[in-house]
Parts: sequence; structure tokens; C-alpha cells
Amino acid sequence: MTENGKPKFAMYWAASCGGCEIAVLNIHEAILDVDANFEIVFWPVAMDAKYKDVEAMEDGEIFLTLFNGGIRNAENEHLAHLMRQKSQLLIAFGSCATEGCIPGLANLSTSEQIFETVYQGPSTENDDSVRPQYMTQMPEGIIEIPIFCPTLRTLQDVVDVDYYIPGCPPESHQIAAVIGLVISVLNGEAELPPKGSTIGVGDSTVCDECPRERDVKRIKQFTRIQELEQIDPDLCLLEQGILCMGPATASGCDSRCPIAGAPCIGCYGPPVGVLDQGARMMTALASVIDSRDPEEIETILDGIVDPAGSFYKFSMAHSLLKAARPSENGR
Amino acid sequence: MENGFEPVMIGFTCNWCSYRAADLAGTSRVKYPPNVRLIRLMCSGRLDPTFVLKALSAGADGVMITGCHPGECHYLEQNYKAMRRVMLLKRTIAQMGIEPERVKLVWASAAEGIHLAHEITNFVDEIKALGPLDWPTAPRRRALEEIEQLEVEEVPA
Repeated sequence: MTENGKPKFAMYWAASCGGCEIAVLNIHEAILDVDANFEIVFWPVAMDAKYKDVEAMEDGEIFLTLFNGGIRNAENEHLAHLMRQKSQLLIAFGSCATEGCIPGLANLSTSEQIFETVYQGPSTENDDSVRPQYMTQMPEGIIEIPIFCPTLRTLQDVVDVDYYIPGCPPESHQIAAVIGLVISVLNGEAELPPKGSTIGVGDSTVCDECPRERDVKRIKQFTRIQELEQIDPDLCLLEQGILCMGPATASGCDSRCPIAGAPCIGCYGPPVGVLDQGARMMTALASVIDSRDPEEIETILDGIVDPAGSFYKFSMAHSLLKAARPSENGR
Repeated sequence: MENGFEPVMIGFTCNWCSYRAADLAGTSRVKYPPNVRLIRLMCSGRLDPTFVLKALSAGADGVMITGCHPGECHYLEQNYKAMRRVMLLKRTIAQMGIEPERVKLVWASAAEGIHLAHEITNFVDEIKALGPLDWPTAPRRRALEEIEQLEVEEVPA
């Protein structure tokens, strides 16, 4: 408790884009409830605070920490351990912390390939092939930068996590509901769900919430949405041959993308009880491909340009395989 | 390839055909390598790619899926579903750096004990040629190596 008696709140970003922070601010007037009920002690994107301020705190001094972002480097990992130690409730907030999200797709590449793209890519001018050095000797002493880990890991791969809130980013009304729940718990009006629960999410799939009409799913051809001249505004996108992750994605977003005419890309992660989102998508797709001829099936499957990248766009780092295996030829 | 590498393999077999084919191979005393651990499913269409991914990520070097011949499925057409799943799965694991040949789909009717034994023998040889998968998430092989050191005696049927 702080001097004003309010429990402490923190939010930290590891390997993430900052969208989760925006999503928290996007809960509109409910943000005032956060301020009214919590003392915000650490939130690098919103206020000035130093790591040493957190390090100086007692263990468990922070009541609630929303941790977004995956674990990509040694600094992320250090902060994950630090926030775990100082927090009573550590919540993996957003797709990156929960499942790896887009940064997790880098698990299909080696560190060397990532550096190659970042420091020598077509948009980078780097004639001297300068690369970051983890330790640099300067007149004032040695300067260190955090070591880049071989793969992106999720928060639960590194520390014990109390709850998970998926979504890229989590929907505002889901965040507001979770914050409302925590406030009710603080006031003794409600109880926390069992530890390890995924909260702020529906108990079904995006398809279940989607208002588009579903007829008989029989797919003869997959097409990328940008290649279609016209999209039927009322018919299921998958039935139109567009790869929509709805069948393999947890509900909770009110199926915003399909309503807007864009296929679901799977940001809410696997539905409750599903171990591997990509496997669920493979199951679903294979069931609706309308062919029994192996050659024709191969042709239909050619329409899915990047299966691993599409099925695991958000959940690669938390899938059963977690990361691609670099082969001897440095794949 | 490692010397003396004995692959760990999982076989998902259909209750109505290939599981019985394996039974027939057994009662006919047809030998096939013991590397494959058969798990009976009610149908190859029951195969969720999760099973295969879990097997590979937990230490299997290869996974075999067996079902009724096309057109002979006990549940009409679920073996076609299995075929499409395996085709899609192979494409996906190839991107993950796993040789697609580590997953194999075989059709074998209840009468084809010899055929199934032959396919298993071939598949074990293929996986031996590929070498261990040793997926980074898999537990160590130590326990298995200990088992392999045990003398196995043949028991008459």
C-alpha cells in the first residue's frame, strides 16, 4: 500500500509494439477507475520511472502488473523476473506475452537471418556491415547492451504467470471488464478466477460470434483477399476461399475483422481447451477442402502461400513446436 | 547418422482396418521392427494434427498414420479428411525445419498384415536414414537408452 492507501499498479512492455498500452488507454473513462483505485508506480510508456525504483521495492509490493510483450533479449528476461518478484498478480497481457504474437514469427528464422534483415536489409544503408556489439570499450568504461536470445519466448516460458489476457491488442471492453473485476476483488465483492486462467476472452470461437452466413463449406480454391474483385458482404469468408482463422481462434473480439470484411488472422489465440492453434486450423481446413484427388488437393493447398505463418501468425512461440529448427545449412 | 540409432515412432492406427492389420501381422508371426508404438484411433479421420505435433515435440522421430483404403472408410469418407490433414501438416512442418518424410500416411485393410509390417519396416529404415529429430522441447533420451540395454527375449505366441 502506498501513502494514500491505494494498491500499486504497474505495466511493462518487453518485445512488443506499444499497441497494448494504447489499448489500455482506450478503455476511455474506465481509465479514471484505474487511477482512482490504484497508485501507478511503474509504466515506462506513460510515466518516468527507473528500473532501480522497482528493484528497491519490497517483494510483492506491486498488487497488479500487466506485462505485455514477448521475451526477446536479456533485458526482457530480467524485467520478467523482476516484475514477477515484485508483483502479487502478474498478468500476461496481450498476444505477445501470452503466445508470442508477430514477434514470435521470428522463430521461423535464425538470429543471423534476423540481423541480416534488420542491419543489412534492402531499406538499410550499412556499407561497413556494422552490427550491434554486446560489449563496447569506451574511454569511460564498458558499455553493454542486452543479449539477443535465439528465440522469442512467452512470459510463461520464463516466469510463473497468474493470468492471461490474449488479443492483439486485447479489446477495450475486455480490459475494462478485467480491471473492474480486480477492483471488485479489492473491495471484497468478488473472487479471482483460478490461477492460470485465460481471462477477458469468450468461451467459443470467432466463427460462433460472426454474423456472416454459413452454408455448406466446400472449398475448391484459396484466394488472398487482395486478389478478389468482389467480396460477398454476407457470406462466410472461408466459404469464399479466403483463409479466415475464425474456426481456430478464441472469441472475445465480437468478430470485428470478419464484420469489417477482413478475414480473422487469429490474434485472440487458440480457443479454450485447444493446445495448438495451427493444428486446429489444419483440422478445420482439411475438413472443408472439396477434393479427394491428391493432385487436386495439392493444387488447392498451393493457394495457402504460407501455412506456418498463417496458422501460427500469433501463436508460434506458444505452439507445440515453438520455433523452427535451424538446419545444418543455416536455414 | 548415429551408430545404433533406434528411432522412436508413433503409429496412429484405425480401429477398423490397420489396427487389425497389425493384429493379423502379430497372429501370423510376421515380424516388424518394435520401434513403432501403435495407438488405436476409431478412424484415421480422428487424427488431429495436434497428436502428430505433440509426438514430434515430445521426442518421436517419426509418426505413421494408417487408415482404410480410399473408398473403404468405416465412416464413409473420413480417411480423405485424414489425407488432406496430413498433406497440409507436411507443408507446415516443412516450414518448421522438420523433414515432411517424418510423417507418413499408409493405407492398410484388416487383411493386409504383411503389407502393414512391410510399410512399418520401410518407414523405420527411412527414419533411420534421416537420423534423430531430437526436437529441442523433447525430454532427454536417457531413459530410452537404458531400456534399450535390456535383453529382450522372444516369447512364443
